[in-house]
Amino acid sequence: MSSVRDEGKDRIIFVTKEDHATPSSAELVEEDPNDPYEERGLILPNGEINWNCPCLGGMASGPCGTEFKDAFSCFHYSKEEVKGSDCLEQFRAMQECMQRYPELYPQEDEKEKQETSPETDSVTAETSTPDQTSAPVQDSNPTTPPAPDEPTLPPTETSVES
Amino acid sequence: MLTCKTVWRKLAPLARASSTVCRQNVGRAGLNNVRRPAGSPVAHMSTGPAGGGGDNRLYVLLVGAACLGGGVYAYQTVKGDKQRYQERLSEIASRPNKAAAEQPDTFIQLEAPAVPSTETQEAQISETPVSASAKESSPPAPADEVSAPSETTEPPPAAEPVVEAPTEEPAEQPAVPVVEDEPSPPSDPSPPELTEPPPAPVVESVESESTAAAESPAAETPAPQAEVVAESETPAAGTAPSPAKIPSHAPYLLIGGGTASFAAARSIRARDPGARVLIVTEESDLPYMRPPLSKELWFSDDPSVTDTLRFKQWNGKERSIYFQPPSFYISPEDLNSIENGGVAVLTGKKVMHMDVRGNKVQLEDSTEISYDKCLIATGGVPRNLQVIERAGEEVMKKTTLFRKIDDFKALDKVSRNLKSITIIGGGFLGSELACALGRRSADSGLEVIQMFPEKGNMGKVLPEYLSNWTTEKVKREGVKILSEALVKNVTHKDDKVEIQLKDGRVVKTDHIVAAVGLEPNVDLAKSAGLEVDSDFGGYRVNAELQARSNIWVAGDAACFYDIRLGRRRVEHHDHAVVSGRLAGENMTGASKPYWHQSMFWSDLGPDVGYEAIGIVDSSLPTVGVFAKATAKDTPKAATEKSGTGIRSESETEAVATSPVATSPAASPTPAPPAQQQKEDYGKGVIFYLRDKVVVGIILWNVFNRMPIARKIIKDGEEHADLNEVAKLFNIHDD
Repeated sequence: MSSVRDEGKDRIIFVTKEDHATPSSAELVEEDPNDPYEERGLILPNGEINWNCPCLGGMASGPCGTEFKDAFSCFHYSKEEVKGSDCLEQFRAMQECMQRYPELYPQEDEKEKQETSPETDSVTAETSTPDQTSAPVQDSNPTTPPAPDEPTLPPTETSVES
Repeated sequence: MLTCKTVWRKLAPLARASSTVCRQNVGRAGLNNVRRPAGSPVAHMSTGPAGGGGDNRLYVLLVGAACLGGGVYAYQTVKGDKQRYQERLSEIASRPNKAAAEQPDTFIQLEAPAVPSTETQEAQISETPVSASAKESSPPAPADEVSAPSETTEPPPAAEPVVEAPTEEPAEQPAVPVVEDEPSPPSDPSPPELTEPPPAPVVESVESESTAAAESPAAETPAPQAEVVAESETPAAGTAPSPAKIPSHAPYLLIGGGTASFAAARSIRARDPGARVLIVTEESDLPYMRPPLSKELWFSDDPSVTDTLRFKQWNGKERSIYFQPPSFYISPEDLNSIENGGVAVLTGKKVMHMDVRGNKVQLEDSTEISYDKCLIATGGVPRNLQVIERAGEEVMKKTTLFRKIDDFKALDKVSRNLKSITIIGGGFLGSELACALGRRSADSGLEVIQMFPEKGNMGKVLPEYLSNWTTEKVKREGVKILSEALVKNVTHKDDKVEIQLKDGRVVKTDHIVAAVGLEPNVDLAKSAGLEVDSDFGGYRVNAELQARSNIWVAGDAACFYDIRLGRRRVEHHDHAVVSGRLAGENMTGASKPYWHQSMFWSDLGPDVGYEAIGIVDSSLPTVGVFAKATAKDTPKAATEKSGTGIRSESETEAVATSPVATSPAASPTPAPPAQQQKEDYGKGVIFYLRDKVVVGIILWNVFNRMPIARKIIKDGEEHADLNEVAKLFNIHDD
């Protein structure tokens, strides 16, 4: 059972797991999805991409920022059946740019292999890196192309990462 | 004035005495009463009124001599002052000329186009190495180059704004050697230059002479090209120390190269495509993050950590404290020419003066940089104790004010070589350093002492019971704690530093680390006409972090209006990130107020850590809800689970790389002994209340729940039962 103690102006409560088993009766104010002040996730309420999302890390702001934005925008708005298949040029340009800065955008061996392969599979594999399927690639380096293609994301903690 | 008074007091009796003599011959004592100055005691002369004409004459003589002496002295002082004034004026007047030329054969013509703005010279001087090196590669035709001297001013690289040099009208020429052979049309012909001997080496010097005549004598020596360049550079370097080519205009100018500045740069680049951002910092390092300097870097196993500045996070991932490697940034000289813009960092330059009306700043070396939008993110300077400052050179040499990378390197060295270190200050920095050094003491036998005026560590942040508990924790890390310690005096004795406390205790130590707060850097307030806050310090800005039309302030130096919590100034890492980002957004037209509440965290060793948000002041009433901590509730486990090393990143990472979060820590967690204590504040939530509204929350050994805490603060509601609110955190779960 919970115990309560007061030490001057400070109150101390000890609770067991059972004490907290019942749902909370505390009321939280409902969130306004269109609150202009709120931090947004990757995709803004109007459908646009939030380039300032912390989840992107330095992708949109670095030396290859422009190429990245072009490629990702193209992908985002792509209406093709294989999403992004009409964006090969942009992704290639982005890839080229990133290769010029290996320190910033470490290239994974498997990605390079995919790159050199002439099959369209490799291209779709590249365009699909934004999906969550290639998780291992993303894990090791937060600056590789981001995962989310989901429309909504919980408010993210801000950070400045490399 | 005082001397006048004393002199008058001394003379007064004399004067009165002599006047009495006169009056005796004329009037009565009544006059005396009238003359006596009110309030001052009547000084009766022991000699009585003058006894005769001889004495009278003596008095007159004395008074006369005094007046004469005074007059002579005054005259001399005024004369001297006038002279000094003239000297000063002439010195100031000569300064702009110094930069231009120290040579007798300099012509005013040369100076005229250059003098209007010294930065033109900067630009030109910067041309020299470019042209010189280019010259070396291409064999110039001497004949052509004779005409080249007609260029008094080098065309800056393409797209470099020529705002400051109206006489320069460069054709937009790339900085290619061949181009320089062509005479640029509107240059002022300078006879002296035409007299320069034509051989190739001299051409460079000629061109460099066009930039600064100081170089011309060096140029005349028929030295090999490289040497000439070097020589021509060095006198320039003395007066215009910028082989780093400083752009004369930056659309976005960020003063200060820390966390807030970097966050703003990133934000600007994300929102304004192709933005050109210039960061000017007086430090010599590129932007880096500070928290690891007092935490992770100390726990690194790598012996070369002071050089690499890389730290291994608990999950094994390594990263540098620098936000980005050098290749991320572009060079300042390319800022205005590079196609898609970028972020350039100008290191080792201090902004001394800000001209808000003219939208420009002036550096230490008088270079001017104009801007469209400016951010001031100058952070602060560690405070020192007055007793230490008064204690003299010897003590100051053995004192560290910890803030920068160099301080970390110095302290690391000290901790390896010395026997005893004392930390003064019981706040975040002091406690973290104490724990870090205390850890080290286990291996090396280093004595670590921490002293502070409060009753326990983090006394101003944590409620008393928790502060006491924390102090015990810190003690267990190997630190000798002296609480309720007020430093009275510090002296240097027998090659040791002796600290005397007000209660009589004496501490003898080898080195002091003073962690007693941060003084926000508001040096530019005066010249820029910016308001400084008297309560919190720092530049006063509004809720959108704006100080004046084109000026924003972020980070430690900003005293801003928080819509929810009121006016405040926050000195935490995440705040620097949040405010920097916000400032960057607002600089690109967003007009958003400070709304996303920043958080902060601290670790006291690997076993206890907390995250906090809002106003966390121990003077507020608190309500703490606790459960027992298990082995899983440690900072180590938290970061392993989320796959990140820096706490504030964990939420972000969870979003971007969710698969990682699900995999439990692969590496075995060495189970710390269960915290068996009579009062076990293992994990829990502490609410800080102001007028019954929660304004601050500490998550004690409970991680990855910051969004809930943020929401509660944002709501600003009065909750009847905080235990119910605490339920939202699921503190018993992992």
